[in-house]
Amino acid sequence: MIREITIGQYYQTDSVLHRLDPRVKLIFVILYIVSIFLYRKPLPFLLAALFLALCVGLSKVPFSYIVRGLKAVVVLMLFTAVFNLFLTPGETLVAWGGLKITKEGALIAAFMAARLVLLIISSSLMTLTTTPTQLTDAMEKLLWPLQKIHLPVHEVAMMMSIALRFIPILLEETDKIMKAQMARGADFESGNLLRRLKAMVPILVPLFISAFRRANDLAMAMEARCYQGGEGRTKMKPLRYKGADTVAYLILMVYLAAVIAVGKLT
Amino acid sequence: MSIIIDHLTHEYETGTAMAVKAISDVSLQIPDGQFVGLIGHTGSGKSSLIQHLNGLLKPTSGTVYVGGEDIFDKDYDKKKLRSRVGLVFQYPEHQLFEADVFTDVCFGPKNLGLEQKEVELRAYDALKKVGLEDDAFYVSPFDLSGGQKRRVAIAGVLAMKPEVLILDEPTAGLDPAGREEILGLIAGMQKETGMTIILVSHSMEDVANYVDRIIVMNKGSVMLDGSPKEVFSHVEQLEEAGLAAPEACYIMRDLQKAGFDLPGDVTRIEEAADAILNVFGSGV
Ligand SMILES: Nc1ncnc2c1ncn2[C@@H]1O[C@H](COP(=O)(O)OP(=O)(O)OP(=O)(O)O)[C@@H](O)[C@H]1O
Ligand SMILES: [Mg+2]
Repeated sequence: MIREITIGQYYQTDSVLHRLDPRVKLIFVILYIVSIFLYRKPLPFLLAALFLALCVGLSKVPFSYIVRGLKAVVVLMLFTAVFNLFLTPGETLVAWGGLKITKEGALIAAFMAARLVLLIISSSLMTLTTTPTQLTDAMEKLLWPLQKIHLPVHEVAMMMSIALRFIPILLEETDKIMKAQMARGADFESGNLLRRLKAMVPILVPLFISAFRRANDLAMAMEARCYQGGEGRTKMKPLRYKGADTVAYLILMVYLAAVIAVGKLT
Repeated sequence: MSIIIDHLTHEYETGTAMAVKAISDVSLQIPDGQFVGLIGHTGSGKSSLIQHLNGLLKPTSGTVYVGGEDIFDKDYDKKKLRSRVGLVFQYPEHQLFEADVFTDVCFGPKNLGLEQKEVELRAYDALKKVGLEDDAFYVSPFDLSGGQKRRVAIAGVLAMKPEVLILDEPTAGLDPAGREEILGLIAGMQKETGMTIILVSHSMEDVANYVDRIIVMNKGSVMLDGSPKEVFSHVEQLEEAGLAAPEACYIMRDLQKAGFDLPGDVTRIEEAADAILNVFGSGV
């Protein structure tokens, strides 16, 4: 049940996107997200959607699997959409009671929802095709210059990779604890909000205890193997750009140029 | 309470590249009052199978009947099922959460909607059954030893007074004395109450000493099913499935090969000792 959440998880398969250098994918996603927020016009937006559809196709990750991840953020999307719908001033379309929907509001709501969808699909596409280790490697490498201003880049990257690694473990643990409490007759689905919140206690207490235990074990294991920060540390699999990565950067340039051109012209 | 498993199949992550068939077409009948050992290599589907028996997992196809009723029927009361079929998970001490032992054991019966008095009676009863000392009743469960925690967790399920008790590797991570204690407790309870018990285990010795029947799972299907003596006579098949027969079987087999006239169906150390003494005792 809880395992249905797919955000931040890696999907094991072999595709062009999986083989790309993680730095490429990271920069790609950041610039892609910028591109969908650049213009509020339909045409550049359509271009972005098409481009993303192409990437999804290339990734070999089943579309249904990506959509499952979207479910988790539907609430957030509805929330922003409703706010935009009702609170944007402008030309009134429908009005009842104190509430009114304006033409501008409807447009903005539609745009925001669509943007959020693209944003989430594109970022989950990155995590689905990149292992957490690769991702933090990429981050560490890209942020390395900040070492100059005494930012602990390696430590930050390490923390991120551990946090990412723990997501599926804790999800699995939650699933197990939920089942165990259900076997003891616990009910998480009925009752009012307060009752449901109270029903979470038998899950949260064991979950926190287990998280602390795991963190402690991990720290111990790292100490035992003499782990210490980034200074002088080498990589088993250093990141190196290949031909495909250069091509990917070129495609990114072309895409960005196309979006800007279409945005300026229409 | 008898259990019938009818062509049960379960697939995880259906429709993705990670789809795993954890159980494929398993059919079993477990009569009332039987003490069953369920063994199998890691990943053979033991835990998945038992989670179907109290409705925590829904089958991909097939169904389960408990006491003659289809538990996956839409109208079947899940709460009633949970009180009938008690399931103790692997490392059950990881689900303790209350401030003291007694309150934690009350959680199950309280969820059944019983009166406070009945709840407390049952909790007291269950804690007595698992042999916890009275002065440990009101301490934090996190201050207990591993073996004690495990017993408290088992009491938490027993307090629901299930007619069928399923235990998923109740001895995992305990020392030999702790294992004996827990297994002795379960066997004693089975004799006393005649409840149906399903014991999941990796250890042949564990099950050989206590159960009436052994079911061996391999890659999601039932590979062997019979009395301990029957099952342990198929040593080759067990080894193929990544398991082994109890030590006693190997000793007896080697002695037989060396030309001694010994019975072939011995599974327990004590029996083996007797049989060997019988042969050597008369000769030497
Ligand atoms: N929640 C889950 N999601 C996906 N796959 C799962 C899940 N739980 C189990 N599996 C898979 O189903 C198969 C059977 O697992 P199961 O836990 O039933 O085995 P087991 O016999 O209990 O093993 P063990 O002795 O290690 O406890 C395994 O291949 C496992 O990877
Ligand atoms: Mg298991």
